[in-house]
Amino acid sequence: MSEHRDYAGGKLGMWIFLFTEILLFGGLFLLYAAYLHRYPADFNAGGKQLDVVLGAANTIILITSSFTVAASITALRLGQTARCLWLLAATVALALGFLVNKFFEWSAKIGHGIYPGSQHLLQMPPGENLFFGLYYAMTGLHGLHVLIGATLLSVTAALVRKGRVTQGNFGLLENAGLYWHLVDLVWIFLFPLFYLIA
Amino acid sequence: MSHAQNESGSHPLSYRFLAAIWAALLTLTALTIFAARIDLGFFNVVAALGIASIKSSLVIFFFMHLKYENRTIKTMVLVAFVVLAICIGLTFFDVGFRR
Amino acid sequence: MDHGNVGGLGFLAPAPGRKGLLSWIGTTDHKRIGLLYMGCVGFMFFCGAALGMILRLKLMTPGSTLVGPQTYNAMFTLHGVIMIFLVVIPSIPASLGNILLPLQIGAEDVSFPRLNLFSWWLYVLGATLAVVSIFTGSGAPDTGWTFYVPFSERTTTNVSLAVTAVTILGFSSILTGLNFVTTIHRLRAPGMTWTRLPLFVWSLYATAWIQVLATPILGITLVLVFAERVLNLGLFDPGRGGDPLLYQHLFWIYSHPAVYIMVLPAMGVISDIIPVFARKNIFGYKMIAFSSLAIAFAGSLVWAHHMFTSGMSDTAVLVFSFLTFIVAIPSAIKVFNWVSTLYKGSISVEPPLLFSLGFIFMFSVGGLTGLVQGAAGTDIHVHDTYFIVGHFHYVIFGGTGLGMFAALHFWLPKIFGRMYDRGVAKLSFWIILVGMNVLYFPMFILGLEGLPRRYYDYLPKYAHGQVLSTIGSWILAVGLVIMFANLYRGMRRGPLAGDNPWGAATLEWTTSSPPPTNNFEVEPVVTHGPYDFRGVARHE
Repeated sequence: MSEHRDYAGGKLGMWIFLFTEILLFGGLFLLYAAYLHRYPADFNAGGKQLDVVLGAANTIILITSSFTVAASITALRLGQTARCLWLLAATVALALGFLVNKFFEWSAKIGHGIYPGSQHLLQMPPGENLFFGLYYAMTGLHGLHVLIGATLLSVTAALVRKGRVTQGNFGLLENAGLYWHLVDLVWIFLFPLFYLIA
Repeated sequence: MSHAQNESGSHPLSYRFLAAIWAALLTLTALTIFAARIDLGFFNVVAALGIASIKSSLVIFFFMHLKYENRTIKTMVLVAFVVLAICIGLTFFDVGFRR
Repeated sequence: MDHGNVGGLGFLAPAPGRKGLLSWIGTTDHKRIGLLYMGCVGFMFFCGAALGMILRLKLMTPGSTLVGPQTYNAMFTLHGVIMIFLVVIPSIPASLGNILLPLQIGAEDVSFPRLNLFSWWLYVLGATLAVVSIFTGSGAPDTGWTFYVPFSERTTTNVSLAVTAVTILGFSSILTGLNFVTTIHRLRAPGMTWTRLPLFVWSLYATAWIQVLATPILGITLVLVFAERVLNLGLFDPGRGGDPLLYQHLFWIYSHPAVYIMVLPAMGVISDIIPVFARKNIFGYKMIAFSSLAIAFAGSLVWAHHMFTSGMSDTAVLVFSFLTFIVAIPSAIKVFNWVSTLYKGSISVEPPLLFSLGFIFMFSVGGLTGLVQGAAGTDIHVHDTYFIVGHFHYVIFGGTGLGMFAALHFWLPKIFGRMYDRGVAKLSFWIILVGMNVLYFPMFILGLEGLPRRYYDYLPKYAHGQVLSTIGSWILAVGLVIMFANLYRGMRRGPLAGDNPWGAATLEWTTSSPPPTNNFEVEPVVTHGPYDFRGVARHE
């Protein structure tokens, strides 16, 4: 097969892949909506136990990382490779910051005996049990996506350094950026649903 | 190869413009935290989701470049979100009316 | 058109560089990947059919015979999982679709050839895990292919591994869909406008969208079942506030559209075959193309009609019952258009046409009995009885199965360049058709008489129908053996078929049989519609 590059095709494929990610999280959002409808008071009580400051910090981290990755595409297209790499490094650093933050948040909750199947949760009202079940399922799946996205961006950065992703051939960086924005997008909904609904 | 990439026909977004979107997103984040502190009952959920929708639109249209894409991709994005809305919406014919 | 390649091996010839097995399992050629799928699907079909035969044999007599109840439960679960996830869903799109989609739109390959190979590897991984789940852990899964909670959370059998396998198979299906949508948008040959696409491509397009948008919901649902079992999440556990019905919602949000993943490609096959053997342009091209998309969309609105007796709200029963009837409209559009195409056509009764007519008959019976269940009132009587078993076997085996067989008889001469014995093919068709009806029609009556599905034992009054049905399974098996043997022998040793044995007008018939690795010697330019037979002659 001849080596040909279909830039628009690659981007189309990436968008379609993002749809599958949206629907993947969509199933969990459906559960959240149904259980919020059934147990509004319990969800309220559950939300009060989460730390808004930590959640807000993570929101700011992800929004900023979304900005840096968008700016890195601009940098590459303007031919400023060094700046592009610098911005990508910042994005990956922010992603790791998010995960560290999440780690401390989860550890604190587990330290309080709140984890799936724990005695403490079993004694709570059913709605709170569901709230924390969803909390772990949704932020866990999202955290996995953060990890995948950070890996993808690191690989892309390495290819930029090697000159395989360039000013004239930036499709991969753009697609990695699209994936990263999706991670941000999901968090934009998770943050109010879990931390602010109280 | 590079002329194929100009198919999208758009110039890279300026740093200044991207920074403006970033600032808007941060402002909306502050706003949603602030709105959650006032007790509006059911409308707290509406406000939170409304602001989240505005924020995600900013991300999708500008950071993700959708505003500058062709109509095919725009239609597809719409279809994906409509399908998700249908799935959640029709489920509520059950959970909303369960005795 | 003769490319001087008659009798050549085309893409089947050993590739330079890679040899033997590696040239197949490491290939990025869509045609070879399609054949890999075909081989796997064929093997799994054999396994699933064997399980079905044993189940039928057990059910011939009431009481404890042949297999024990636990084995029986595991066997019908496996029969379902294998047939649905490993055979029917990948059958037409992943095997024949892979081979034909680029050929029909005049492309060299799919958009992402390496992703295509990756999908196949995911399929193999999923299939392997599914098989492993039978023999490891504490017993084969016994939940039925639907993995309903709370039983699937509590049972000690190997459900965790089975749902992992199905999730992986789901991702394989998603990636195939993604590839097809991108390919159809990006790689059409010059002149191949949307209204010149063969209807098989249209049906693959609609199917691919369902695969992309519905399958992730199955993925997350089964991941949750896994999490419930391993992490004790409790999201569906009624003891902790969870709602098992939400599992059913999520499951059917995928699995009802999945029915259209199964049947739409077969409808596309029929739409491509009928005009060729009627020597007549298809009646209502745009309506058939549009109805594929309409089925895909409407099919996503109706999932809860599987749950009328589950205890969901009466409002939902009403709404979903109403919506269900909407899906009947685009399906009926297709059937009427096929029949109208045949009307006053110059019909030549070849094996592909016979199988297509079989499809229309079986699909009509299956579709109309579906309406009985779509109406909430009658559904309460027939729900979870043999009626529904009969219904979906008519649609899935009588429909998709015969559609697949029609496609094999139509396109295998293109893929292998050799022709099977047409007389034997016709004979096998009639035996299969009789066998299917003897096997599945008694189920409608048994169901109306109240025999519940999936039960190990039954009252003696149902014995007459069960015996008849089992005899039907033997007739069907004989027909299948004759058909597959005939096809296999034809592909190995049959006479050379020529480039266009049926006189069809779509692009794949303009290249040699078998097609060369790059599909076309010269990039084709399309100047007429897919069913415009003017100037197209048979070339044997």
